[in-house]
Amino acid sequence: MREIFRRFARNRPALAGVAVLLAVAALALLAPALYPHSPFEMVGKPFEPPLASTLLGTDQLGRDVTAAVAHGARVTLLIGLVATFIAILLGVTLGGIAGYFGGWVDTLLMRLTEIFQTIPFFLFAILLVAVLTPSVGSVVFAIAVVSWPPMARLVRGEFLSMRNREFVQACVAMGMGHWRIILRHILPNSLSAIIVTGSLMVATAILIESGLSFLGLTDPNVMSWGFIIGSGRTVLRTAWWVIVMPGIAILLTVMAINLVGEGLNDALNPRLKHL
Amino acid sequence: MALPVVVVDSLTVDLPPQGERPHAVEDISLELRANEILCVVGESGSGKSILARSIMGLFPSPQVRASAGRVLLHGENLLAASPARMREIRGTRVAMIFQEPMTALNPVLSIGRQIEEVIEVHGASAPAQRRRRVLDILAAVHLPDPERIAHAYPHQLSGGQRQRAMIAMALVLGPECLIADEPTTALDVTTQAQILKLIREVQRDRGTAVMFITHDFGVVSEIADRIAVMQSGRLVELGEAQQVLGAPAHPYTRALLEAVPGLRPPPARADFHARPTLLAVDSLHKSFRSGGRLFGGGVRVVHAVKEVTLCIRQGETLGVVGESGSGKSTLARCVSRLVEPDAGKVIVGATDFTALSGGALRAFRKKVQLVFQDPYGSLDPRQKVGAMIAEGPLLHGEDPGRARARAAELLELVGLDSRAAGRYPHEFSGGQRQRIGIARALALEPDLLIADEPVSALDVSVQAQVLRLLADIRDRLGLTMLFITHDLRVAAQVCDTIAVMRAGEIVEQGPSERIFAAPRHPYTRELFSAVPGQHWTARAAPPDPSPVG
Amino acid sequence: MLIAKLRFAGRRVLLAAPTLLVIVVLNFGLLQLAPGDAADVLAGEAGAATPEYMVQLRQKFGLDQPVYVQLAKYVGNIASFDLGYSFRHNQPVAQLIVARLGPTLLLMVTVLLLAVGAGVLMGALAARHLNRWQDNVISLVAVLTYATPVFWAGLMLIVVFSVKLGWFPTSGMEAVAAFHTGWTRIADIAHHLVLPAVTLTLFYLALYTRLMRASIIEQSTMDYVTTARAKGLNERQILLWHVLRNACLPVLTMAGVQAGALLGGAVVVETVFAWPGLGLLAYDSLFARDLNLLLGIFFVSACLVVAVNLAVDMLYALLDPRIELR
Repeated sequence: MREIFRRFARNRPALAGVAVLLAVAALALLAPALYPHSPFEMVGKPFEPPLASTLLGTDQLGRDVTAAVAHGARVTLLIGLVATFIAILLGVTLGGIAGYFGGWVDTLLMRLTEIFQTIPFFLFAILLVAVLTPSVGSVVFAIAVVSWPPMARLVRGEFLSMRNREFVQACVAMGMGHWRIILRHILPNSLSAIIVTGSLMVATAILIESGLSFLGLTDPNVMSWGFIIGSGRTVLRTAWWVIVMPGIAILLTVMAINLVGEGLNDALNPRLKHL
Repeated sequence: MALPVVVVDSLTVDLPPQGERPHAVEDISLELRANEILCVVGESGSGKSILARSIMGLFPSPQVRASAGRVLLHGENLLAASPARMREIRGTRVAMIFQEPMTALNPVLSIGRQIEEVIEVHGASAPAQRRRRVLDILAAVHLPDPERIAHAYPHQLSGGQRQRAMIAMALVLGPECLIADEPTTALDVTTQAQILKLIREVQRDRGTAVMFITHDFGVVSEIADRIAVMQSGRLVELGEAQQVLGAPAHPYTRALLEAVPGLRPPPARADFHARPTLLAVDSLHKSFRSGGRLFGGGVRVVHAVKEVTLCIRQGETLGVVGESGSGKSTLARCVSRLVEPDAGKVIVGATDFTALSGGALRAFRKKVQLVFQDPYGSLDPRQKVGAMIAEGPLLHGEDPGRARARAAELLELVGLDSRAAGRYPHEFSGGQRQRIGIARALALEPDLLIADEPVSALDVSVQAQVLRLLADIRDRLGLTMLFITHDLRVAAQVCDTIAVMRAGEIVEQGPSERIFAAPRHPYTRELFSAVPGQHWTARAAPPDPSPVG
Repeated sequence: MLIAKLRFAGRRVLLAAPTLLVIVVLNFGLLQLAPGDAADVLAGEAGAATPEYMVQLRQKFGLDQPVYVQLAKYVGNIASFDLGYSFRHNQPVAQLIVARLGPTLLLMVTVLLLAVGAGVLMGALAARHLNRWQDNVISLVAVLTYATPVFWAGLMLIVVFSVKLGWFPTSGMEAVAAFHTGWTRIADIAHHLVLPAVTLTLFYLALYTRLMRASIIEQSTMDYVTTARAKGLNERQILLWHVLRNACLPVLTMAGVQAGALLGGAVVVETVFAWPGLGLLAYDSLFARDLNLLLGIFFVSACLVVAVNLAVDMLYALLDPRIELR
């Protein structure tokens, strides 16, 4: 454990990622305190450039972009994390069952996973949100539904190879039940792969969420980064600042998550590092 | 005396700084002469492979490099040669073959293309001429239908054919020196015999100097003109084959030679016929399907175990021997119900094991325990050794305190310190891990112990220790064993009865003494005659069969 | 050998059928989820349809019958390429989609070729100069572009290259009133294609670059590379003759897997650049609440992805001789 931590701490890009994530998380937590008014409220004249009356300027309706970015951090992070959590649960369950039990269950589940992986998942997410009417819940649901296949494939592969490893065979020969084998022996050995992939999935979830809200498929009552950009694109020529800042916020957050994920990968699987 | 082709002069190769020892090989001097086979023998980690690779200038990583000494090819120091000069020499004057021909060949290129490439990079002749030479060399290594082989991809050939193709590739430009790095280790014993014969033949025909790296003294005695013995990076003995094998001077060489099991089984331990039957396997059948998809496609059915019937008496050890793919491992897994047999019965004591299911099956499983092959894969890397051994008894309702005490006892029984209980598997060596695996299997006090190639991943000296331990524990506890192995020497040491398997069937079965002395089935005879080093072990004194505690 | 490959191809085509069936079932499920009954959705919630037509629709889809009958009828309709009627556009859905297929295909194929081609090159370059400045620069660019939301990258490119520099048009596929023909028309379309293609390529380029780099590094540790060295090949020959082909295989697999994602990206890019393809049509129908059209687009896109996957599979079978075993 300490060894893993030490390896992670030596990875400078990953540490930078952690710093950025901490900053974004702090912004998200402090948003209600810093900007107690609703981010939809008008605070000044439209199209004020940055530093004129507010830090990042105002948009076409005179709303404060700074407040929008701060409140957007809450929504984006929350949706990204919750959706990923559900997707991980789904993926680990389905992939685990397929990999451990094999046979026709495996064939069936993996065909389904493949199909879900081939369909244009962003279009599918659009359809789901459109049909269910846009809300935080439907967006989370849609992202989770389109995100689980890679996790299922990964876990299936891990479980399948672990299932045939001799230490698991020894457990079977001891008379151990399936659940104990899975929970006590296979899952702990697959955990590092699940953690790495799961952390990278958060980044993808945030990108999907921002894409959906850019297209207007978002809860009309909550502010999110993609929504700011989507509503600001019409004033691109006159007020560039409206879209630049939230875009940079997405970029930094997603990049930070990717860096942390890669850092975790290097720390948890040191064998691959020197390559 | 023949001229030296390669002279290795006080060579030292460094390992990366944080390694276990500073040098891979240290101060090694030897000569490789024209028209001879020099065997370099040693256990894993002895540096024999690095020595071979330093002649080719092919170190596994930039941190591994020669720090002192010279490697002279007809007087030219290869360690000082430029990369371009080394490339000129590789393939034309010094060539190399490897252990695993499947991975040593590029999977997406045809065999012909890969051989032709050697001719092409070293000053190309006309394409038609190149192809002619490819076909000639394929014929020279006795590959049937060279035209077809040249167009084939590696996955379409058998293991023996692939190694022949590798040899053809190495010899196509007629190098004066051939480095062979464990070229037969990955092959079955009958294929190994053919490849050894081929190497001997091409070496004699061409007067090639061959450096043959191996860990197997049987192979050495078949093929070596001279022998170099290595231990932890140092050369401990160098001499003519007869002298090293017959009268080894260095104690390490003597220890290694003594550890090689003989081919003559010790006298029968007891007459088992009178004893009650512990395991009865009745017409067991298992086949695997592959390639079948939702919409047809060629479904291939492999009958891994066909109508196998056998029985083991109380206290008896039955050895199942056979080459890879003979179904011996599947048989072991069916008997232990790790794999569900398609048909047939496995009766343990008075219980039909195959008829059990659910809780009754899980409860009964403790009576049949396994020891596995892979010392690394057979222990959960995230579980402490003590917890691992105690887990089985706890599962079957043993009191935690007693289970822990029992685990400590068992660790001592298998020759480990009881304090080992608090450590993780990666802190142990391969041989120690196998001991832990044995302790885990014994923790449930099984009636039947199945050992699936328990010593094949171990070095010969460690192998001898683990075999002695197994034999000792068996005698002390009166264990009944089903012993799976591909190695006839190992089988001869521990088995009372032997069953020979081929393509899923048992072709011959009988007492070890009889089978080794007078094999009846033609396949058994072929298998036994392919074991390398028979003449040498026949001459050597039979090893001491008495168990060491 | 050839016969084996053909049989493989045939099997893959057959395997695509259940994929399409699942997508149709998904579509049907979405219809059931939508508020109102299927006829309301199919008529476009608009009240644009006459009550007589609604009755006719309900009969056609058997809405008074059990769900499995409805499903069977729905599958039957789609199997005969009847995707319904869009009242917003006053056109059959199939006709609308076919008209928009060309631009999307043009964008998608361009991006796929650009991203895979450039990704393979950049990945190879990075791996060749492992841990040197070339590798660091390429890796940094890949990390950045992989984290950039596609729509935002598009908007930024518009700000810089259209608004500030005026090099490329901001939107559309052709100059509106120019009525170019022949080569000038092609040049005009290519000119419009640059920004949308670059936008979408940036993201996938990063993906393939990273994958190719990792793949080459992995392949370089294989035994056959040592064999090649022992044969006297130099590093360039080893890379070109041996490593590259093996290393491309996972990239190719990924290109197939990502085809669907690429199409999703196209939706966003088309809306940003008003590229008149399926994505823009989807965006418009989203606002018009023309759910039936949206479902039709989803189905056709899925078919497109299945087709791309088939093409990738064939290419894979060509590159990897082991494939006949499957």
